[in-house]
Amino acid sequence: MNGPAAPLRRGTRGRFTPGRGTPGRTRGRGVRVGGAWIGLAPFTVYVLIFLGLPLYVVIHGALTTDAGSLTWQNISTTLSQSQYLDAFKGSLLLSLWTAALGAFFGTWLAAAVVAGKPGGLLRRIVSSASGVLAYFGGVPLAFAFIATLGRPGTGVFTGILKSIGIDLYAHGFNISSLFGVGLAYVYFQVPLMVILITPALEGLRPQWREAAQNLGASRWEYMRHVAIPVLTPAFVGALLVLFGNAFSAYATALALVGSTIDLVPAKINVELNGNVIVNADRLGLALGVEMIVVVAFVMIGYWLVQSRARRWLQ
Amino acid sequence: MISFQGVQRQFGDVMALAGLDLEIESGELIALLGPSGCGKTTALRILGGFDRPTAGRVLVDGADVTHLPPNRRDMGMVFQAYSLFPNLDVRNNVAFGLRMRRQHKTKRLKRADELLELVGLQGTAARYPHQLSGGQQQRVAIARALAIEPKVLLLDEPLSALDARVRTQLRGEIRSIQQRLGITTLFVTHDQSEALSMADRVGVMRAGQLEQLDTPENVYRQPATAFVAEFVGAMNRLPGRLGQDGEVQVLGQRLKAVGPDAGAPGTAVEVLLRPEALAVVADAAGAGEVAQRTFLGSSVRLEVLLDGGQRVLVESSSNDAAVLLGARVGLRILGDSATVTAVAAAELDSKAWPAQLTPSL
Amino acid sequence: MSALGGADVIQELEAPAPVKRRRPNRNRSRMPAWRLVIFVLAAIFFVGPLIATFKFSLLQTNGHYGFQNYGQIVTNGALRDSLFTSLEIAGITALAVVALVLPTVVLVRLRAPRLTLVLEGITILPIVIPPVVVAAGLEELSRSLPTWLVSLWFNHAITGLAPIYVVLVMPFSYRAIDTGVRAIDLRTLVDASRNLGAAWPRTMIAVILPNVETAVLGAMFLTIALCLGEVVISTILLYNTFPVELIQVGSSGAAEIPAALSLCSLLFVFLLLFALSYVGGRRRGSTSMRVI
Repeated sequence: MNGPAAPLRRGTRGRFTPGRGTPGRTRGRGVRVGGAWIGLAPFTVYVLIFLGLPLYVVIHGALTTDAGSLTWQNISTTLSQSQYLDAFKGSLLLSLWTAALGAFFGTWLAAAVVAGKPGGLLRRIVSSASGVLAYFGGVPLAFAFIATLGRPGTGVFTGILKSIGIDLYAHGFNISSLFGVGLAYVYFQVPLMVILITPALEGLRPQWREAAQNLGASRWEYMRHVAIPVLTPAFVGALLVLFGNAFSAYATALALVGSTIDLVPAKINVELNGNVIVNADRLGLALGVEMIVVVAFVMIGYWLVQSRARRWLQ
Repeated sequence: MISFQGVQRQFGDVMALAGLDLEIESGELIALLGPSGCGKTTALRILGGFDRPTAGRVLVDGADVTHLPPNRRDMGMVFQAYSLFPNLDVRNNVAFGLRMRRQHKTKRLKRADELLELVGLQGTAARYPHQLSGGQQQRVAIARALAIEPKVLLLDEPLSALDARVRTQLRGEIRSIQQRLGITTLFVTHDQSEALSMADRVGVMRAGQLEQLDTPENVYRQPATAFVAEFVGAMNRLPGRLGQDGEVQVLGQRLKAVGPDAGAPGTAVEVLLRPEALAVVADAAGAGEVAQRTFLGSSVRLEVLLDGGQRVLVESSSNDAAVLLGARVGLRILGDSATVTAVAAAELDSKAWPAQLTPSL
Repeated sequence: MSALGGADVIQELEAPAPVKRRRPNRNRSRMPAWRLVIFVLAAIFFVGPLIATFKFSLLQTNGHYGFQNYGQIVTNGALRDSLFTSLEIAGITALAVVALVLPTVVLVRLRAPRLTLVLEGITILPIVIPPVVVAAGLEELSRSLPTWLVSLWFNHAITGLAPIYVVLVMPFSYRAIDTGVRAIDLRTLVDASRNLGAAWPRTMIAVILPNVETAVLGAMFLTIALCLGEVVISTILLYNTFPVELIQVGSSGAAEIPAALSLCSLLFVFLLLFALSYVGGRRRGSTSMRVI
């Protein structure tokens, strides 16, 4: 065993390492990794407390009674009563159609951008704007939406339409409805899709198109036989992310509507802060657990699809 | 069979091709050789249809194909890398061109298998490109290009991305397939040993111009310009003086002067001599000293420092390289002629290093 | 969930400049029809509402058009305070995230590369747990933990939110920093630095940090953006952050004010990210690594 004042010596990888002041190194290979474990401690402890603890509390609260015994009661209540089922239906449908729209339009927009000069101004602007909207969207989007499509008198666009004779609100449109909120969601789904699909589009090597052409393919044949099949895994993966994103999101709906809407996060909000019935908070936690399950499934699907996408577009 | 007539290609204010005139005979392999940016790839891409010239025409078998889209030219192209379709297995990659020609499935897959055998990859038909090595991928690319039985084969630096050993191996295989099939081929490379060993004729290009188009031997032995002389193989530039009767005096010996720069007798010129056109003799009163000695396996390269400051590269077979570092030697020129050129402008100091020290092995 | 995209933003912004391939550009001044159509549609769809919001935000209480609503950030005490709170939280979170993630990433890459997968798995976890569920868990904690702990943790917005925001931003700040660290030759830099006598803290600050500058900056910018925009957890836990206050003001009838200030914050974050794309760009030019 080397003492703390060991002179320069060869480490186990043949590199010279000073013997002093290197925790975990002076005692051979086994404790070398031990040094790493100690170094990871702050991170691990932090995550355990600030992520693990809330998570534990949610799961524990959902699966126990006030007395402390295990129960499925909370979960079953949330999966049987119509108010919760409506919320799930609302969330799932909303996530589905906003993801689909976001994926479709986002891919076209990304394709249009990628076809241009790399590193150019247009690319930068779209990139930054996508980042802003995808992440930071929430509250600003809600107010932008109110300003644009709010009731005539508030909403600029609805006002314009009304003045030419089309009253959206008279036709049943409402930004506080699931449809209205979903429309706002599209505003961050499209940018998110742009962000996610751009690397895949850039991964389409020009040699593929040229080789296809050389072998007699028209543009459409190239798209059909090469480009689209190659992009499909990445597209599906991005679609899954968009779905999960919409499902987990709440900021925009919160800013637009508050908690009176058929979405699961809104119901959780109600149960936690509403204090309507005694067991409310546990029901809220049960809903939380169910949300986690849905998102976990989506993530697993994403992971499975990503490995294929990465292989082809590397 | 292929004819480039005054083909020009301008990108903004850069002239990538400044009027290329080139005739390629049926069945021959022409290598376009030159440094990056010389226009060789541009020429190839124009022939393949991936680019349009800003002036001039391209004819194939007499027909003007200048504006024909790439998918209607009957040519097979092999790219430098990454051109296999990742979503298709090897067999379907090779059969792709036939599928585009609406050939029946069993027929085209069978043909694909035949071609895979031609390039020596019979067992890999069901694998995917990402499972293959670089060399294997390029073989598949070649098979794919040949599957459609094109009139012309185009190769865009197909070996540049490969390891040295795979490169030399594939080099020979490509050449033998090409000769066996008798297919007209245009091969672009920056590697002069590839060009010299594979081509029927080599076209050396620089800055959009074709400097010399000739057989490999002629390009090497009788470079038409100083650039060709220095790009293809290593070259010494030695000070000399023109004498009577088209002779030139250099290193105390007289040779026949070859080259476009004929001048009046007495003019100072630069003489271009290959390292293997020189030999050293141990001589205590010799003109120079061996400053560096590099053993290259089959040959030995000596750098002789002349008393005047000039450095000369000499290459000899390692069998008769008994001369050691630091030895005093005299230089003898083998052969009886050498290319001369006007003394270069300020950029090239005649006492400076010989133009190319590193040979491409 | 969008956190997955976050790192992609950074990656996209600092992707190495592609080798300049001469693109045969026949129609240099004309854009193909499909691109034009898409851009026009995108402009209408995205810029349209922004213009509408701008017009909307200029409507003052006196019925005329002006910048009164924008001035609210200065004049309205509640808004001003909430902004400061949010900025403080954002700043602290950004610093904490870097302080937590960078050494961890470095450590794992140097000493325990096999733990990389574990690390990635952990940092993906916050994505799987929707913010609203985290908020639910925290709300529950604030009810069940001993009072002294609750008052220590949850009393002030900063201590209540910053720690959890660190976890929330972790997926993409980890990926951003990880990408940055992967792009440099960490082993060589560290060995060189240690060999020249620097101790670990100095190596981190003087050698590693400057070389992953862009990635770290990117992670910090995105963190700030997220913190300034986070509204779900702060609402459920009843803190008064900037976006919460904006919603408050908006729901009391004067939607023009939050509209105006939202536009400002959008612009602010946009400029942050836009600037980031140039910072990354400048570094592309220098291929040498800074050692001192």
